[in-house]
Amino acid sequence: MTVAYRPRRDRLWFARTRSYTLFVLRELTSVFVAWAVAFTLMLLAAVLGGTLPQFAALAARPWMIALNVVALAATVFHAVTFLNLAPKATVVRLDGWRVPAWMIQGGNHTAWALVSLLVAYLVLRTP
Amino acid sequence: MRRTPEPYLWLLFSGGGVVAALVLPVLVLLFGVLMPLGVVDWPTAGHLGALVGNVVVRVVLLVVVVLCLFHAAHRIRFTSEELLGIARFDPIIAVLCYGGAIAGGVIAATLMV
Repeated sequence: MTVAYRPRRDRLWFARTRSYTLFVLRELTSVFVAWAVAFTLMLLAAVLGGTLPQFAALAARPWMIALNVVALAATVFHAVTFLNLAPKATVVRLDGWRVPAWMIQGGNHTAWALVSLLVAYLVLRTP
Repeated sequence: MRRTPEPYLWLLFSGGGVVAALVLPVLVLLFGVLMPLGVVDWPTAGHLGALVGNVVVRVVLLVVVVLCLFHAAHRIRFTSEELLGIARFDPIIAVLCYGGAIAGGVIAATLMV
């Protein structure tokens, strides 16, 4: 009986070099992106259902704060890497002049800062 | 040439990646870290209710939820397959991931309509 040759799978390939590890960490930020959306939906349900105090009590539990600190780190890591990636995905040319990567990245990070400030203002302002 | 939905899935992925980058860190920082730690006060339920009552805010929230979930679903699909070596189950994994994203969008829509 002949059996097709299958090379052995390296189960720890992501731990072999620093760049592989960073790549996998970046990919795993997606789990926390999903968590951040779920957390936002829970907040939304609490606001619309009149159960904001219960939500605040849940959010204040130590394990929940720990989870959200990790989620904050992951979403920030996602933001930095994803916004820096833009010039690789899109080449912008103005009259033949290629807009340099740092300008596109700078624009992206400025947009990030502006959106963050707007959201913080809308949430925290006292009417 | 066979038509595949892949380009549209990648478009949703990158759109969601940008939206997630712009919006999610500040939301997690405020509601997940600063308010629970008491660094800033929780807004009143009335203030947040009025904010969410705005039609523009509702539409933006729905778009953010749907795009971010598609971004996460797309990445989780390929990362789980590469990390765990389960690429042969791609059809099932794809249905689970995108199905989860669609379910989240439906939950958001039913909450706000």
